Amino acid sequence: MTKGHKVEPVGGPPSDVEHLKKESNYLRGSLVESLQNRITGGLSELDNRLLKFHGSYMQDDRDVRNERQKQKLEPSFQFMLRVVTPGGVSTPEQWLVIDELAEKYGSGSIKLTTRQAFQLHGVLKWNLKDTIRTINDTLLTTLAACGDVNRNVMCNPNPEQSQVHSDVFYWAQQITNHLAPRTPAYHEIWLDGEKLIDSTELLKAEGADPVEPIYGPVYLPRKFKIGIAVPPSNDVDVYSQDLGYIAIVEKGKLVGFNVTVGGGMGMTHGDTNTYPQLGRVIGFIRPEQVNDIAEKTVTIQRDYGNRSVRKYARFKYTIDRHGLDWFVAELQERLGWELEPARPFHFESSGDRYGWQKDKNGRWNLTLYIQSGRVADQEGYELKTGLREIAKIHTGDFRLTANQNLMIAGITTAKKAKIIELLGKHGITDGGNHSAIRRSSLSCVALPTCGLAMAEAERYLPTLIDKLEPILEEIGLRDDEINIRMTGCPNGCARPALGEIAFIGKSPGKYNMYMGAGFSGDRLSKLYRENVDENEILDTLTPILHRYAAERDNNEHFGDFVIRTGYVKPVLSGTDFHS
Amino acid sequence: MQLKVTNSPFTEEQVELLNKLLPTLTEAQTQWLGGFLTFYRAGAASAETAASAQLIAPALEQAAQAVASVSAAPREATILFGSQTGNSQRLAGKLAEKLKAQGFDVTLSAMNAYKTNGLKKTAHLFIVASTHGEGDPPDNALTFHEFLYSKRAPKLDGLKFSVLALGDTSYEFFCKTGIDFDERLAELGAERLTARVDCDLDFEGPAGEWMASVIGALDAATGAGAAAATAGAPSASAATAPAESEYSRSNPFKAEVLTTINLNGRGSDRETRHLELSLEGSGLSYEPGDCVGIYPENDPALVDSIIAAMNWSPSEVVVPGKDGDEGTLRSALLRQFEITVLTKPLLEKAAAFTDNGQLAELLAPEKKAELKAYTNGRDLLDLLQDFGPWKLTAAGLVSILRKMPPRLYSIASSNKANEDEVHLTIRKVEYEAHGRARGGVCSVQVSERLAEGDSLPIFIQHNPNFKLPANPETPIIMVGPGTGVAPFRAFLEEREELGSEGKTWLFYGDRHFVTDFLYQTDWQRMLKDGVLTKLDVAFSRDTKEKVYVQHRMLQQAAELYAWLQEGAHVYVCGDEKHMAHDVHNALLTIIEQQGGLDAEAAKAYLAELQAQQRYQRDVY
Repeated sequence: MTKGHKVEPVGGPPSDVEHLKKESNYLRGSLVESLQNRITGGLSELDNRLLKFHGSYMQDDRDVRNERQKQKLEPSFQFMLRVVTPGGVSTPEQWLVIDELAEKYGSGSIKLTTRQAFQLHGVLKWNLKDTIRTINDTLLTTLAACGDVNRNVMCNPNPEQSQVHSDVFYWAQQITNHLAPRTPAYHEIWLDGEKLIDSTELLKAEGADPVEPIYGPVYLPRKFKIGIAVPPSNDVDVYSQDLGYIAIVEKGKLVGFNVTVGGGMGMTHGDTNTYPQLGRVIGFIRPEQVNDIAEKTVTIQRDYGNRSVRKYARFKYTIDRHGLDWFVAELQERLGWELEPARPFHFESSGDRYGWQKDKNGRWNLTLYIQSGRVADQEGYELKTGLREIAKIHTGDFRLTANQNLMIAGITTAKKAKIIELLGKHGITDGGNHSAIRRSSLSCVALPTCGLAMAEAERYLPTLIDKLEPILEEIGLRDDEINIRMTGCPNGCARPALGEIAFIGKSPGKYNMYMGAGFSGDRLSKLYRENVDENEILDTLTPILHRYAAERDNNEHFGDFVIRTGYVKPVLSGTDFHS
Repeated sequence: MQLKVTNSPFTEEQVELLNKLLPTLTEAQTQWLGGFLTFYRAGAASAETAASAQLIAPALEQAAQAVASVSAAPREATILFGSQTGNSQRLAGKLAEKLKAQGFDVTLSAMNAYKTNGLKKTAHLFIVASTHGEGDPPDNALTFHEFLYSKRAPKLDGLKFSVLALGDTSYEFFCKTGIDFDERLAELGAERLTARVDCDLDFEGPAGEWMASVIGALDAATGAGAAAATAGAPSASAATAPAESEYSRSNPFKAEVLTTINLNGRGSDRETRHLELSLEGSGLSYEPGDCVGIYPENDPALVDSIIAAMNWSPSEVVVPGKDGDEGTLRSALLRQFEITVLTKPLLEKAAAFTDNGQLAELLAPEKKAELKAYTNGRDLLDLLQDFGPWKLTAAGLVSILRKMPPRLYSIASSNKANEDEVHLTIRKVEYEAHGRARGGVCSVQVSERLAEGDSLPIFIQHNPNFKLPANPETPIIMVGPGTGVAPFRAFLEEREELGSEGKTWLFYGDRHFVTDFLYQTDWQRMLKDGVLTKLDVAFSRDTKEKVYVQHRMLQQAAELYAWLQEGAHVYVCGDEKHMAHDVHNALLTIIEQQGGLDAEAAKAYLAELQAQQRYQRDVY
């Protein structure tokens, strides 16, 4: 490793999006005018691109797109709003605000995302401003929930579990604040100029951009994701993050973090230059160095990421293009100090632990299984109403997990009985009544609102599981956890490349089927069958599951089994994903 | 050439008389007769007739002297109409033609365009006026109505007049405008030449009789010889518009449905049909602002319920067959008669067929309010169920029913842009009343029982009172919430087709943006292409406070007034009861505030716009 080894950034003309960002004047564009236009419920392409940085995507109800065209109506434009909640932590007051906004302006339900954020769907253009303002009034924000910036910082959602968890959560908030965009555009557009929380002032380096000292006027080439894991739980799928921190605990104290770089899920069907990748551990840092590492890593991606072709722009490709050694050298040069050697750690699982647990302060935490992260009322299972009633009396927190589940945290012994009563009244359970495979399932939103979806995910995975359950029941695997994940497109919102069984949508009703990822998220899955429909999926999986039940070693996980028995080859680096 | 019924506009009887007369005429007599007939068409002096008139000038003079020598009162008449949809105007025009053919000097005018000092000079005044809503005069009759009832109204001793009133017996104030004129003219000292005739929806017959009686009385008054046999010759009118299609209100064209689309998106509580009908082979044509009349079919379920309730046979023949229809009870109730509206005349006739005293009681003069409450929202089935037992045959029932009236819809397309097609915008009317689901006859048929490939009997109803400015560069302001937007699609298509550069401004509103924005993508395209200059929308159920088109107008008061000052025409189409009233008041407010005028002056400003035909309404 040569210090000062320099590489050239990728050439090529900047993509259209880069031009848009540059001309947007720090994310303003013509959003104000577009929002006031009453003739369309949508935005121009330019403003929609910019809106992502403000935490929202324009979508339309694809179920009615063709029929509306015939009716001389524009697509049913509506907006998805994502709320930044570092580590997934929110207060009962904040829960009630989100709950009410979902009813008042959204589609009625709340989506808990795979990155521990709240998502509202179906918000009309004219209601965006009021919705965003209300979210800010409750001390949450949507700024940078989407867009080519650092996204919601993930971490294990239970700061009450131990001092370590509490410290880790603190650092998740620090990173969030440090990497938040500084442009006043957000406050100008949505909050009429008022700024509610004054973010920490950055030390402005010489020559730094006066508005965005870290990002500069064109921000990052693509989104950037950060997550912090607390072993032995890898619930945040730390290897899927552009930048990951693995908490190192010695003698019960957080001493620092191992740093991982270059992970990521997204790819493009039919383009083997794109692939999911695992982050790699590059060394150990002290807690107070967390922001410095984040900032310098981000600036390297800012300077060297591909700004010509967006599908090659993620940080993982920057690293794989120039090599890990180059990155570490560049990073240390920018830091002005060197990382220590990585320290040992061990992951056991990427799943959640359901049910009641008592923490170090003697308070109770209840983790509820939420199918596909969708908080809505059904007959006999009034999840949304029940959680609202609990929020009204709860004195602790609500914690969104990385697996789209929900923890009601910090329940006092005094409130426990009342909360149990409310859960019972509204038919809410911890998920113990469901099979283990259902409790270990993840899916993205996909149809009808996501513009990228090629096939169903959230609306279909539960149905597929209905059909797998009798098979698993029959062979005695009802209570064995197998990670099963489904996305409507290869962008990977439900991290399918880390599912022991995974499906990535190709076209309506057809999926590519993958197997073999590590149960603790340390190994990628591998393509096993292409373009399969439901019957083919069941025909393919049934004999494998039968064999797994019969031939597995003690505690052998499904992902490990299909590799040992030769169904698929192990994938330890994304560059082998397609081989 | 031998005259026949088939190659001429004459009746069998007339053909017989003419064929008897014509072969006996000498060359000189034929020429004389030609000149005489030319004289009868005075006013319509085409080049052709002028040329032949020269040849026969001496004969003409002779004839004129002959007529003049027998005249007592002057052969002069004024015909005024107050018309909203064009029916009154058309009938007034028809009378004018007839009188001109009789050698009368005729002044024909819309009431608001008539100089009222002419009233003292004319000898004969004929009024054709319709009534709207709660007894209101049509827009172009408002100022004249107000004038006659004001202190400025002159004494009219010596004036002879007659009134033809159009209306609908299902409304409480049936023919009120015509009645008002009739009574007021008499109060002012004028003398009725013939009694007023009040017409229900099926007005053609009574209107023809009124014209015959008027002409007869005029002949007597002016001493003209009965030489011209005009009375009771309705087919003569065919000669006045030779280029017109053979299809008309009385002979509708069966138009094929090319497209039927629900314009309301999923989740809407409304249903609005966009119909595209074929006019191919009809010879029908139209201008933006015109309407299509549809003869709808009644709901078969309602018809069957009526027949079942009376225990009649659906196949009993009750009326003469026509057009392949055998005239059975079921088909007659489906297509030929109105069964969804109860009118006082119907109840009075029906009362003769029942011993049930309750019906007679309801019809007592002091029970007016009860009668109104009963007829409101009830139909023939209710009447038959409520007041039996009946001594009524199926044919007897049919004989007391009103003929099925056509439903008028503003045309939503430009003929220039859509050759051989006409587009309509029809909103389904549904409601629950007296324990039963009910709906609009035509709108429900169109929404529920009409598929592409089916056909509808239609005719074109020209509406001269809702027309684009003659100058395509004149700015236009269009206010059309809901289905009221239909004619403005026609206006804009027309202007696009003409390549007009005139500014255009549309105010549109409905309940919900997402599902109820009729023709949204059409407007978006027109905005992009510059055909539509400005579009302002108001969706009343999307926000806490209800926002309507008039609020958007008021928000843009300064610019709207500037357009008016530039000469813009204002068009309002849609609901009369609330919208048109609110929009009218918004216009007054804007004129008052922006023009620095007081209320009276603003009213005069708007009245002047109306008189100049710069403020036109098609409201219903």
